[in-house]
Amino acid sequence: MKHLFSQNDIDICVVGGGPAGLEAAIVAAELGAKVLIIDDNPVLGGQLIKQTHKFFGSKAHYCGVRGIDIARVLAGKAIELGISVMNNATVVGYYDDDILGVLHDDTLSAVKAKRYVIATGASENMLAFDNADLPGVYGAGAVQTMMNVFGVVPGKRAVAIGSGNIGLIVPYQLLQAGVEVAAIVEIMDRVGGYYVHAAKIKRCGVPIYLKHTIVAAQGKDRVEAAVISKVGPDYSCLLGTEMTIACDIILIAIGLSPLCDLLYHAGCRIDYIPELGGNVPYHDENMMTSRPNIYVCGDLACIEEASTAMLEGRIAGARACESLFGKGSEEDAVADEAAHELEVIRQSPFEARIVSGKKQRERDIIR
Amino acid sequence: MSDYIVDHPILKFERGKKVKFFFEGREIEGYEDQPIAAALHAAGIRVLSYSEKLGRPRGFFCAVGKCSSCLMEVDGRGNVMVCMEPLREGMQVRRQKGRGKV
Repeated sequence: MKHLFSQNDIDICVVGGGPAGLEAAIVAAELGAKVLIIDDNPVLGGQLIKQTHKFFGSKAHYCGVRGIDIARVLAGKAIELGISVMNNATVVGYYDDDILGVLHDDTLSAVKAKRYVIATGASENMLAFDNADLPGVYGAGAVQTMMNVFGVVPGKRAVAIGSGNIGLIVPYQLLQAGVEVAAIVEIMDRVGGYYVHAAKIKRCGVPIYLKHTIVAAQGKDRVEAAVISKVGPDYSCLLGTEMTIACDIILIAIGLSPLCDLLYHAGCRIDYIPELGGNVPYHDENMMTSRPNIYVCGDLACIEEASTAMLEGRIAGARACESLFGKGSEEDAVADEAAHELEVIRQSPFEARIVSGKKQRERDIIR
Repeated sequence: MSDYIVDHPILKFERGKKVKFFFEGREIEGYEDQPIAAALHAAGIRVLSYSEKLGRPRGFFCAVGKCSSCLMEVDGRGNVMVCMEPLREGMQVRRQKGRGKV
């Protein structure tokens, strides 16, 4: 294996160039670290590059700015700061002596840094129903990528499963791309995402079926219809309430799972905390994992949103620097400010789950 | 070419140069550097492979290189993740049946 970068070249290696990883890299570079970002896409920005909606929150967190534009700002900052970037590169393993195996151009190379910030994000969850493997059953994010990044019309008529923010935003973006949205289907008795997103899509005439779920996809070698059904108080399907909706794409927007693979490989402690998205790496308030040279941030640490991922990234970047260069007031100031802003955001009722999940993690430390 | 978004209220799409490639031996047009899966989808092709045991049709699922639902045979090489692999002139793309050749 060829050694591409050694500890002499790189202080902090960030895996994943999405909002969390980019902020970690930017903060670390600003604090004087030599930083490398490894990302498997051709451009930096992670999933921001397909998010055409404007962000909420405070001005400091890009409120009113579209995700696609935040990606450009962050990537621009990273380049300006002289951060090294490996694009189209996948980290495939964490080896002895803290070496990363990186697959790039069909070649496996070694990268070694003094500290790692892992920000691999998450992958979309699948749902089991009849013919769930039929072409046309797509992750909502996949549909968003096809239409907003590559400009491909994803289908003619869509049904979305799940009414969290992704399940509400992507159908709206489908309408913008000229695709009809037949229905949004939600198993709970209320919409999962923000009211503003729900109101926007309802104003466009898209029905949201609450207390409903999908039971089957129909079609020979591609989706031709979705069969949905009412559910009872125990969420089981009520026989005789089935309804067939013609469509050629079914969007699965039922949540995300953290991409922990690399951390399992590194031997980091992983805890099952459903509130944070399932199996998540243990991390302390400094975003340090059970291995002191590895930090985490963003959706990998808990399924949340881009604005909080960026703040966690700032904490991870600053604390990784602190552990390298010794305790300094600058590092403290950056991390404390981000931690304070996180605390403010997490006071929202939408964040109660996250707060309770993070508390469980703290309880684990005591035990 | 078929299913591309032309007018969009927010986005402008920059596409590479038009190239010809082959799907199951049939000539198709796409744009250079776009993922093969995007070119196929725009050409109306949904079935990318057949499952190993039951031969069920499979398409992509995540489109961001995470789920391996889109593995195809490209230029004789099996298990190519076509949602990530950039399109090149003259590529021979085939549906993979079961496990790919290694």
